[in-house]
Amino acid sequence: MTLLSIENLDVRYGQFKAVRSVSLKVGAGEVVAMIGANGAGKTTLLRTLAGAIRPASGRILFKDKDVTALSAHERVKSGMVLVPEGRRLFARMTVEENLQLGGLVKRGGDWSVDRIFSIFPNLVKRRHAKTGTLSGGEQQATAIGRALMTNPDVIFFDEISLGLSPLVVDQVYASLAELLKSGVTVVLVEQDLKRAMAVAGRAICMLEGQVVLDRTMAETSRDEITEAYFGLKRGQRNDHGHGMGGAH
Amino acid sequence: MTTTNLTSFRIERWTTASVVAVCLCVAAIVALAIAPAVLGAGAVDRLTALFIYIVLAAMWNALAGYGGLVSIGQQLFFGLGAYFTIRIANLGVDPFIAMAFGAIVTTVIAYPVGRFMLKLKGGEFAIGMWVLAELAHLLVNLDTLIQGETGTSLISLNAYDIGLRRNLIYWLALATMAGLLSALFFLLRSRTGAAIQAIRDSEEAAASLGVDAIRTKRLIFVIAAGGIAAAGALWLASAISFQPKTYFSVQWTAYMIFMVLVGGIGKFEGAILGAILFFLIETWFAAAGVWYLIGLGAVALIFSLVLPKGLWGYFADRTGLRLLPVGYVVRE
Amino acid sequence: MLNQIAQAIVLGGYYALIACGLSFMLSVMRVINLAHGSLLVLGGYFLWYLGENYQVSPFVGLLALVPLLALAGWALQRFLLERSARGGELLPILTTFGLSIVLDNLLFEQFGADTRSLAPYIGDLAWDSFELPGGIFVGQIGVLTLVAAIVLLGGLQLFLSRTGTGKAIRATAEDPDTAGIVGIDARKASAIASAIAVGSIGVASAALGMRATFDAYAGGAQLLFAFEATIIGGAGSLWGTLIGGIVLALAQTAGAAIHPQGFLIGGHLAFILVLFARFLFLPGEFTYRLRRIAGLAK
Repeated sequence: MTLLSIENLDVRYGQFKAVRSVSLKVGAGEVVAMIGANGAGKTTLLRTLAGAIRPASGRILFKDKDVTALSAHERVKSGMVLVPEGRRLFARMTVEENLQLGGLVKRGGDWSVDRIFSIFPNLVKRRHAKTGTLSGGEQQATAIGRALMTNPDVIFFDEISLGLSPLVVDQVYASLAELLKSGVTVVLVEQDLKRAMAVAGRAICMLEGQVVLDRTMAETSRDEITEAYFGLKRGQRNDHGHGMGGAH
Repeated sequence: MTTTNLTSFRIERWTTASVVAVCLCVAAIVALAIAPAVLGAGAVDRLTALFIYIVLAAMWNALAGYGGLVSIGQQLFFGLGAYFTIRIANLGVDPFIAMAFGAIVTTVIAYPVGRFMLKLKGGEFAIGMWVLAELAHLLVNLDTLIQGETGTSLISLNAYDIGLRRNLIYWLALATMAGLLSALFFLLRSRTGAAIQAIRDSEEAAASLGVDAIRTKRLIFVIAAGGIAAAGALWLASAISFQPKTYFSVQWTAYMIFMVLVGGIGKFEGAILGAILFFLIETWFAAAGVWYLIGLGAVALIFSLVLPKGLWGYFADRTGLRLLPVGYVVRE
Repeated sequence: MLNQIAQAIVLGGYYALIACGLSFMLSVMRVINLAHGSLLVLGGYFLWYLGENYQVSPFVGLLALVPLLALAGWALQRFLLERSARGGELLPILTTFGLSIVLDNLLFEQFGADTRSLAPYIGDLAWDSFELPGGIFVGQIGVLTLVAAIVLLGGLQLFLSRTGTGKAIRATAEDPDTAGIVGIDARKASAIASAIAVGSIGVASAALGMRATFDAYAGGAQLLFAFEATIIGGAGSLWGTLIGGIVLALAQTAGAAIHPQGFLIGGHLAFILVLFARFLFLPGEFTYRLRRIAGLAK
């Protein structure tokens, strides 16, 4: 069943087209990894899906409803949530308060502050600390917890390992394992290809604002993704009908 | 295409329209200078008021439109300019010379005031200035020469023949206006002016280009204070009587805000246009009393919501017309 | 001496009460509402009108005034501040200043130059006082005002820290874009905050009219008192506002003791001194100055 469907999405910053006529579908329960170099448009695409950026044209359908015109908070209410790049916690509020903010949408579901603490046990002792004082890993856990508190149907992770040490990233992913198995739909942007391939069932590669590869992990290979990442293989990109100037 | 051939751009400062406009300005000032020969006493007095309004508008515009500093307390300098004129004239100095000193003393005081107050931001600066104006008002009231709210007069002006006095004040107001406007015009066109406009657009970007934002803001603050003090001294000369309550009234700042908001904040021509409009509205509607004030407040409110760039800003955006070029235009 | 201090503390309670809405708006919306004083006086006239024409006690009148002002606060945010904030952070200052001019002069047009008071409609309360140990008498209205200030400031503090709406308002104040991503309706949160800030002015309106007289142009002076109390107490801190109000009143009392016309001057000087101290103790500023004095920095 298709949960999220994007049709011919264009996003611009002034003259610059960050996302160019992207169309894709995400089924319920899928874990999709978005892969691409910096500036390929992944973060812009996620922020547009979350309602933080308005698209220039195109449609976003969520559970068969057109949500393109909805504001960010209305999309959270309908079941989409973003864990933004750089965490974006409320630094003057405590861990617990940040988590409670996510619960304010009152969507109903299993997630509670206690359950967040059970998957991120290292947060318990920092419960009443202002998030400005947390370590990077603790901040990331709080940001993920805050998003989960909205009881989402689909969750967008934007670069959750950015700025964290490999050890901490391992911990964060280990904590997510339970979540990934629970049937929630996930779209994640991840620079670390190995990690992305390990958790996701499908890879979408973006290059210069366009989708250049969209395959299940079973159908693709590390080499193919790497080629798409750097835009090396012209022929392959032409297969997808995206003829454009070469990247050097 | 995302890249464009740079040679197809041309950077312009003077346009035909602006050359004509500057010539017309000079001609207008010459015409105004000889106008008292044909104008009646009432008209001379009214035009004096207009010149003072233009100074007030241009100074508040310099502060808010170019310095990004909104102050609700500019009556501080208006009142002090008048007060020091009275004080200095009381020493036996010729009243016209006292006016110059009144403005200078206020300008000197404005420097430390600016250094201190510019550490405040936004709304805190705005009302903080108002508090300073209230404090100055109360302190001036303590001066026995002023006799509290009863006030006093610049009596030494009576030594001049009434007709000559009227014309002298008129010429002085005209000269002050022309002098301050040209000073501002050339300042904005100088290197500092480029810095000022860069700060207005983005303080962060200006800082990264090595522009010293705080120093530039202090300069604007002191210029605006001096200009408004001169306006206060001129107003005193034409009104003769000095009541602290009148001069330190927040009404003056309200007028400045009205003129700049309606004319066009951050637009050199806008402040002049706003002052002329205010002058006309006052001439026609001041008799309506309290409804006139309600109207002024309402118009300022509506402009801030609907047309925040003011009439000139709207007009200039629409037509691309600039009469007194302080910036640049990039044309394709 | 003790008597004067007691009176000053009670007066400080009044300043804290009128500063409450302004301080709340500044701390959670980063907006200084220049129409604050005018709305305060408008509320005073509303209560006066009910008392004069319908013999309604101001305390009963508050039941109507607070919701009406809250509605006005909501409208202020939705129709004026939200719109003018798009033109930059300075424009709301001008918008609310324009609004205050309109309100002041409309009140003058409607009610004329006579001063008004709510004292005739509150019976004995207007002059009754409590006797404190040491033969100090403090007016009951004053004490009531101080208590109201403490309850209101404390209540708002609790509201912000304990309730979901309060947390949503704080989150919006900190980062409205991220608030949206978390599912908070930032527009709604701001409108609620504005409704609370302006609604709370109603209580201050009652205090204004009960303890003294007011006229149509009284708003400017009240705005300055409220502003001074807010800044002295440390902008952004509600409990600080209570301290700020009391410090302001103590400074005014001291000013009056020094010079017959020194009451207001004392308050303004305290404001400037606090700013001075704040600039001096900015992070790094104080040590920098010390080093400069010691010749270690230029």
